[in-house]
Amino acid sequence: MDVLLPRTLEEALEMKAAHPQTVPLAGGTDLMVDLNFGRLRPPSILDVSRLPELRVLSREDGHCFLGAGVPYSRITAELGEFRPLAQASRSVGSPQIRNRGTVGGNLGTASPAGDILPVLAVYQAEVDLVRPGDTRALAWDRFLLGPKRTAIAPDELIAGVRWKVFRGTGSFSKIGTRNAMVIAVASLCLVLDEDARQVRAALGSCGPTILRAAAAEDYLTAELRRAGSWDDPACRLGQPVIDAFAERVADAARPIDDVRGTAAYRRHGLRVLARRALAWALEDRRQGR
Amino acid sequence: MIVRLQVNGARREADVWPGTSLLTLLRDHLGLYGSKNACEQGECGSCSVWLDGELVCSCLVLGAQAGGREVLTVEGLNLERQAGAVQAAFVEAGAVQCGFCTPGFVVAVTDLLSNDPAPSEASIREALSGNLCRCTGYAKILDAVNLAAGRLRDSPA
Repeated sequence: MDVLLPRTLEEALEMKAAHPQTVPLAGGTDLMVDLNFGRLRPPSILDVSRLPELRVLSREDGHCFLGAGVPYSRITAELGEFRPLAQASRSVGSPQIRNRGTVGGNLGTASPAGDILPVLAVYQAEVDLVRPGDTRALAWDRFLLGPKRTAIAPDELIAGVRWKVFRGTGSFSKIGTRNAMVIAVASLCLVLDEDARQVRAALGSCGPTILRAAAAEDYLTAELRRAGSWDDPACRLGQPVIDAFAERVADAARPIDDVRGTAAYRRHGLRVLARRALAWALEDRRQGR
Repeated sequence: MIVRLQVNGARREADVWPGTSLLTLLRDHLGLYGSKNACEQGECGSCSVWLDGELVCSCLVLGAQAGGREVLTVEGLNLERQAGAVQAAFVEAGAVQCGFCTPGFVVAVTDLLSNDPAPSEASIREALSGNLCRCTGYAKILDAVNLAAGRLRDSPA
C-alpha cells in the first residue's frame, strides 16, 4: 500500500487519473475505521485533506458553494443561517468527529444515514465532480444511486456541493439512542420554501438512499394554501392535517429491519419527527423567525 | 514510509506501514503511551490529541496525514498552566477510577476550557460527548470540569 500526498487539486486529479483504484481519504471518520479493522486494503490512499481548493465556502449569484473538504465544525460555526444544515452538522458524532468529518466524506460514503444528505436533498443541491480539465454537476439524486453507491467515475473527485439559496424556515432532526455519537435510526429535514411556496421534506436512514417525501410535500403545500398560511403565517393548521402529513411522510419511507431498528419503528419515528418538525416550522413562521 | 512531524514541540520521525494511524504511530513508534488505544473507530475519545490545534481522535488520522503537521498529546500538556488545573481537579473530584479514559478526558476538557472558560452543563456534556468513561458514571467528571473552570477563572493560568 502506498500513500499519495498531493498539495493541490490539480495534482490530486492527475494522481487519481493515473491510479483509478486509489481511495480518497479526508477526515477518516469512515475509512480509517475500515483500515484499522483490516476491512480495507486499497492499493493506495489519496490524502485529500491538504487541498485548499476543497476547503472553499462561498456565496455568489444567490447560490452557496460548500467545498468537499469543509468539516462539520466549520459548517456549524460559519453557516448558521442555513439552520437545517447547521443542525445536521452539529448532530454528527462528537466534537472530535466534527473537526475531521467532511461534506465530501458524507457524499462519497453515500450511507443512507449520512446526516447532511437529507438537507442537501431538500436544498436540491448539485454535486460538483472534477477530473483533469473537466467539471460536471450532478443533481443530488443522480449522484446518490443506492446504499454506499454513487455515480462518481474512477478518475473523478468530489469538489463540493452547490445549492440555490431560498427563504424559509425549517429543521433537521434525527432519532437515535443518544444525543451524540449516534448513527440515525431515522432522520428528517423539513423546510417551508417561502419563495416557491412549496414544502420540502427528505428522509434519511429510511430507505436504500435519501428519499424525498413528494406526496407529503404536495399535500402540506396545498393545505397551507387552503388555510391561507402562505400569506398569513398566523393561520393555523388543524391537528387532522398535521397527522395526515405525518402519515404521508411515514408512507414515503422504504425502511428495512436492521441492527439499529425495525422498519415499523422507523415509520413510527418518522411520524413523530414529522409532527414535531412541522410544529417547530409553523411556530417559527408565526414568530417571524 | 517515513513520516516526519512535530510532536509536543519536537521534530520526530517514524518509519511506518502506510496504513498506520496517527495513534499507532504515536504509541508503537514514538513510545507515547498516554493516548490510549481502545475502540479504533472514533467512538471513545481515549486517543484524543490536537492536530494543528484541533481536537481529533488520533485513531482516525492516517499517520501520513500528520506529516509536516503539529501534534500535541497529553504528554505535551503544560501542567504549569490550564492542563495542570484540569489534572488536579480530576484527582480531587474523584473523576478517575480505572484511569484508562482519563488522558483523553483531560485533553478534551483542556480544549473545552480554552475555548469556553465558563461552560454551562449542557456545553460540558456536548464537549465531552465523544469521550466514554465506563467507571465513573460521569457525575464526578462533570464536578471536575466545574472545579477546574472555577479555579481557572479565579486565578487565570
